[in-house]
Amino acid sequence: MTTKVPDQRGRYGQFGGKYVPETVMYALEELESSLNDAMKSEEFIAHYHEELKKYSGRPTPITHAENLSSRLGGAQIYLKREDLNHTGAHKLNNAIGQALLAVRMGKEKIVAETGAGQHGVAAATVAARYGLECKVFMGEEDIRRQELNVFRMKLLGAEVVPVSSGSKTLKDATNEAIRYWVSNVEDTFYLIGSVVGPHPYPKMVRDFQRVIGDESRTQMETPNKIIACVGGGSNAMGMFYPYLEEDVDLIGVEASGKGIHTGKHAATLSEGRLGVIHGSITYLLQNETGQIQEPYSISAGLDYPGIGPEHAYLSETGRVTYKGITDQEALDALEILSEEEGIIPAIESAHALAEAIKQAPELPSSDVILVCLSGRGDKDVHTIMEHLGGEVDE
Amino acid sequence: MNKRFKEHVDGKKDLFIPFITAGDPNPESTIDLAIMLQEEGANAIELGIPYSDPLADGPVIQRASERALKNGMSLEKAMDLVPKMREKGLQIPVIIFTYYNLLLQLGEERFFALVRKNNVDGLLVPDLPYEESEEWRESCEKNETALISLVAPTTSEERLKKIANEATGFLYCVSSLGVTGTRSHFGSPVFTFLERVKKHSNVPVAVGFGVSSPEHVKELKDYCDGVIVGSAIIRQVESQVDALQNKELQKDAIEQIRAYVRDLVAPFEKSKIHS
Ligand SMILES: Cc1ncc(COP(=O)(O)O)c(C=O)c1O
Repeated sequence: MTTKVPDQRGRYGQFGGKYVPETVMYALEELESSLNDAMKSEEFIAHYHEELKKYSGRPTPITHAENLSSRLGGAQIYLKREDLNHTGAHKLNNAIGQALLAVRMGKEKIVAETGAGQHGVAAATVAARYGLECKVFMGEEDIRRQELNVFRMKLLGAEVVPVSSGSKTLKDATNEAIRYWVSNVEDTFYLIGSVVGPHPYPKMVRDFQRVIGDESRTQMETPNKIIACVGGGSNAMGMFYPYLEEDVDLIGVEASGKGIHTGKHAATLSEGRLGVIHGSITYLLQNETGQIQEPYSISAGLDYPGIGPEHAYLSETGRVTYKGITDQEALDALEILSEEEGIIPAIESAHALAEAIKQAPELPSSDVILVCLSGRGDKDVHTIMEHLGGEVDE
Repeated sequence: MNKRFKEHVDGKKDLFIPFITAGDPNPESTIDLAIMLQEEGANAIELGIPYSDPLADGPVIQRASERALKNGMSLEKAMDLVPKMREKGLQIPVIIFTYYNLLLQLGEERFFALVRKNNVDGLLVPDLPYEESEEWRESCEKNETALISLVAPTTSEERLKKIANEATGFLYCVSSLGVTGTRSHFGSPVFTFLERVKKHSNVPVAVGFGVSSPEHVKELKDYCDGVIVGSAIIRQVESQVDALQNKELQKDAIEQIRAYVRDLVAPFEKSKIHS
């Protein structure tokens, strides 16, 4: 059995904690006590679930991928359809929860980081809905790659702040969001996008994402395997958490990018070492002396040099197994699902699907694999077009 | 207690504690800057270790970090600069200012071996708050190394008491919310904060983050025991970056920075004990 984590200090075994400048300690204390208070409030919980239902469109269904399963000729593949959430990914579950908490705490502004722009869009969306001012920090490199999401955020009334420090991507956007937060802790809520950051962020985001797994449990019998992709790890944590005590194989999928041997990957658990990133002890990609390294994946959402501390813990205890999927395998899976089921998944989610496609043929047809389809692929069409070139034209 | 802290910091007023980034723009300049700063009355030096992700730092120190990293500076190499400073006459304490990840990767044992071998005197880890620092506190004590703690205006009374109670070396007061960098002026909230800290502290109280003009020093000196100056000096280094890397111009560049520093700390009117 797994012990209850995190402990009082925000530790998941040796992982987690609060490695932040003194200036933000007060904000974390304030957040923790407000969060505990809110989670005990029936009114707050009811409001959160009401918004999930009437604004985001939950519960999301589970779809049996029948054509895909029979093509593979093994286990039956089912999809938890987080792509059907408002704004097209699981990210909104968490954004709604945190924004409602921000309002409850009397904060008027939120700040967020974004890589591909999915979390930025979710943050901008809830800011509009709940009347908050919103600043989204985004690396200059990502702004260039994700024009459409930048426009979306602006349309939703958010200010997108270009980040030119460091490598100009997600980790730097996160640094900059934290720096901004440090300077404005009194009226600003930092709305983090995954199960990362200092305690209580990883726990809070997990608790706002666990609706994925909680719903699944009421929608189907416990499957044999559950597979989810892992960037920071929020959709996977939300999917796995309610199943930790059940008899089911849990598999997290990291991005192997162009292949581990090329050095161009985001395989934090298999290639990273213990260290501190964004306020938490976990595994991260770094050089020998401890400088954080830039990860690579075709999917901007998996392109993070760290991983949530609870995943590091679940990997160490062996409760969850972590695998790697390459760009190419993910793209192939994306094409197959599009053709077979008429669902274009996000490239992130296609990583989880690719692992299911690998494993299904080895299993009897009575077995069931549940895949967390964390988001839809609309945002990726441009990237997919570049990579598939002329093949799907006409 | 660490002997260099005892001699140069403890019980003293008008402390001047400059921060420089190791290896910015090259190791030779770092050594010469340290010597010059001692000559201008520095009571201790904070030697900043460049990091890829300096969360608590503003743009000026970020850029210094990038310059130093480009030249391959690391925690270990920075610590190896200290004996070279001592050879040239540096007597004041050297405090290693490093983000926690770099320290974790080097490892506690190796770090303290270098501390002993190279005569390092203090450690400051901006992302290691009180709650996470117990182990390091103990090993610093064992190795006669001051572990410099930070307190901020947002630090609660209860935390402030705990932190002040165990403070060694000096207590670093973050002048205001935000990251390192320059600010236009201080003002009464800072003074109130400093008075609050002084009430609890048994070690000198120094204020940092944004100190960048003689007016600041004048404004602050009656409310604290000293100032920490980082970005303002680094900005001078930045303006001399090319000269510092040119053998013929290097000396002159150091003199230019010296003139700036001398002016900055003039309100302290300290007798130049080291010059
Ligand atoms: C659709 C989708 N899936 C997965 C992720 C990865 O994040 P996490 O690991 O937190 O679920 C992202 C991040 O942007 C995403 O947009």
